[in-house]
Formats: sequence, C-alpha cells, structure tokens
Amino acid sequence: MANSLRGEVLNLYKNLLHLGRDYPKGAEYFKRHLKNVFLKNKDVKDPEKIKELIERGEFVMKALEALYFLRKYRAMKQRYYSDVNKTN
Amino acid sequence: MAELRALVAVKRVIDFAVKIRVKPDKTGVVTDGVKHSMNPFCEIAVEEAVRLKEKKLVKEVIAVSCGPVQCQETIRTALAMGADRGIHVEVPAAEADRVGPLQVARVLAKLAEREKVDLVLLGKQAIDDDCNQTGQMTAGLLDWPQGTFASQVTLEGAKLKVEREIDGGLETLRLKLPAVVTTDLRLNEPRYATLPNIMKAKKKKIEVIKASDLGVDLSSKLTVVSVEDPPQRTAGVKVETTEDLVAKLKEVGRI
Repeated sequence: MANSLRGEVLNLYKNLLHLGRDYPKGAEYFKRHLKNVFLKNKDVKDPEKIKELIERGEFVMKALEALYFLRKYRAMKQRYYSDVNKTN
Repeated sequence: MAELRALVAVKRVIDFAVKIRVKPDKTGVVTDGVKHSMNPFCEIAVEEAVRLKEKKLVKEVIAVSCGPVQCQETIRTALAMGADRGIHVEVPAAEADRVGPLQVARVLAKLAEREKVDLVLLGKQAIDDDCNQTGQMTAGLLDWPQGTFASQVTLEGAKLKVEREIDGGLETLRLKLPAVVTTDLRLNEPRYATLPNIMKAKKKKIEVIKASDLGVDLSSKLTVVSVEDPPQRTAGVKVETTEDLVAKLKEVGRI
C-alpha cells in the first residue's frame, strides 16, 4: 500500500516540476518551493493523510494550468485586440 | 464514421513571456539560450484538430513543422496534446531565417496533397513575425477554400461552417472540403501538455524529411535589411495652463 503511494507521490513531484518550468517567477524559484513543501511533509505516515496531500498537489497542478492559460490569453488579447482596450 | 484527415502546422517561436532583445548587429533578435515554445495560435489549431478527433469527426491528426532540429520539441508538444504523428521538414539552422510564409506554404501544400488531408489547420499568425500569410498562401497554392480568423468551426457533412472574427463582428462561411482554416484566439482553450501525456507521446512517430524530398524550392526573394528596437517614447511635458498648452503645441508645429 505504502509502496504504490510512494510511486504516486514521486509522479506528483515530477509532474509539478515539469509544470514549474513555465512559472512566471522562474523555474528555480518554483523548484525551491516545491522541494521545501515536499520535504516538510516527508514524515507523514498515515495513508489517508498522504492521499489528501496528493489530492492537494493535483489541485495545485490544475491551478497552475489555469494560471498559465489565463496569462497567455490575456497577453495575446492585449497585444492583438487593441479595440478591447480602448475603454481605458 | 469519420474518414477526414487533418494536417496541423505548428511553429516554434520565442516564448510569449520573454523580453525580446535585438542583436547589436541589427540582423535579428537574440535567440540563443532563449526560451522557445509553440506559437499560441498554433496551440489553438492543434487543440481544435484534437477536439475534432475526440468528436470522431476526424480520423487522424498530423502535426508538421518546418525548421531546424529543435522544431521536433514543438512537434512533440503537439503529439502530447493529441496529434497522432508528426512530420518534421528539416531546414538547416543557417537557412532557417529565409524560410517565411511563402516557403512554408509551398511545403504545406505539397504535404496536404501527399497525405491526402481534408483539412489544413494553422494559427492565424506567428507572434514573432506577425505575417498572417501562411494559411492564406497555402489555400491559394492548393486552390482550396479558406476560413481565416476562425472563432468557431463546425463540420456539416462534407462542408465546414466557419465563423470568422472580422472588424465589427462575425462572418459565417460555409466551405466545401478540403479547406484551410486559420485559428483565432476565441476558438478554444488549448490543453496543457502535461508530463504523463508527453511520456505517452514518445511512442508516436515523427518522420523527418527535407523540403527537396517534396520537390519544394525554399528560395526567397526577401532579405531582412535590419531589425531595430521601436523608437523610445520621449517623456511627456506638463503644462500649467491652457495658454501654455497652446503655446507648446504651436512651438512643436502641431497647430
């Protein structure tokens, strides 16, 4: 049981690290924070707690994807659709 | 049910969030060591093709890119988003600067015929050169109908209904397939190519060919004369009264 969870946690870390490459504040910043957060929880033993943390990690992944999309969409809108900005 | 095949062209450009720097010799912008990614409008094109496949309207999505070997990263992203296979039309780095919309359009036209596709999808323009020509030229060379600046694409049997973003509103066209479509911002929200999808996509094939294999001439009649920063905006001047304003405007010859 704990072994498959270990695999899940490792995959989560790898996936988050991959997402971190596009982080606005830089990949190094993201990696440092990612490492700290995972290390902070390294002694958690309860499988339920671990599953909870994995779910939180997956939520962060979705939040990052949404952030990246919005950022890109807004930048493209600003640069290519000038009539939209004329209200200001 | 679906027998349609789609070709999606993707371009590797400097990432949209990077601050562009002009090279001191004014021959171009700095690209060495700079983060590159798929052109945002091309992402929208790939997403649309993959969605058509998920709706079982398109059988196969082929991603193609022209350029040096790094283009394969961009093709891999398209494969991770759901394209079935890739074609890399390799152009040596030294010649890559001369490959513009016309050259790419010649390649895409030949590939569309070779692969017998029914739909060619591209982004409306690349964020590096902002040409907005490749899709149109491809349609011209193939003598296919085109729906550019598409904000909605619906398949109706052997026809394609395309809603286009134009000045002052939306225009709806019905095109007979095969056709070329270029994608605009509001068409869809592209999915992010997550690591598991990238890993799965490693099994998908990327065929590497040269433009000469297609019988395409990559020569260009254009040369870049210089690339410069836009002029610096001069600071504004504050005035105290309307009389001062009028005097200042007269001074600079505006009135």
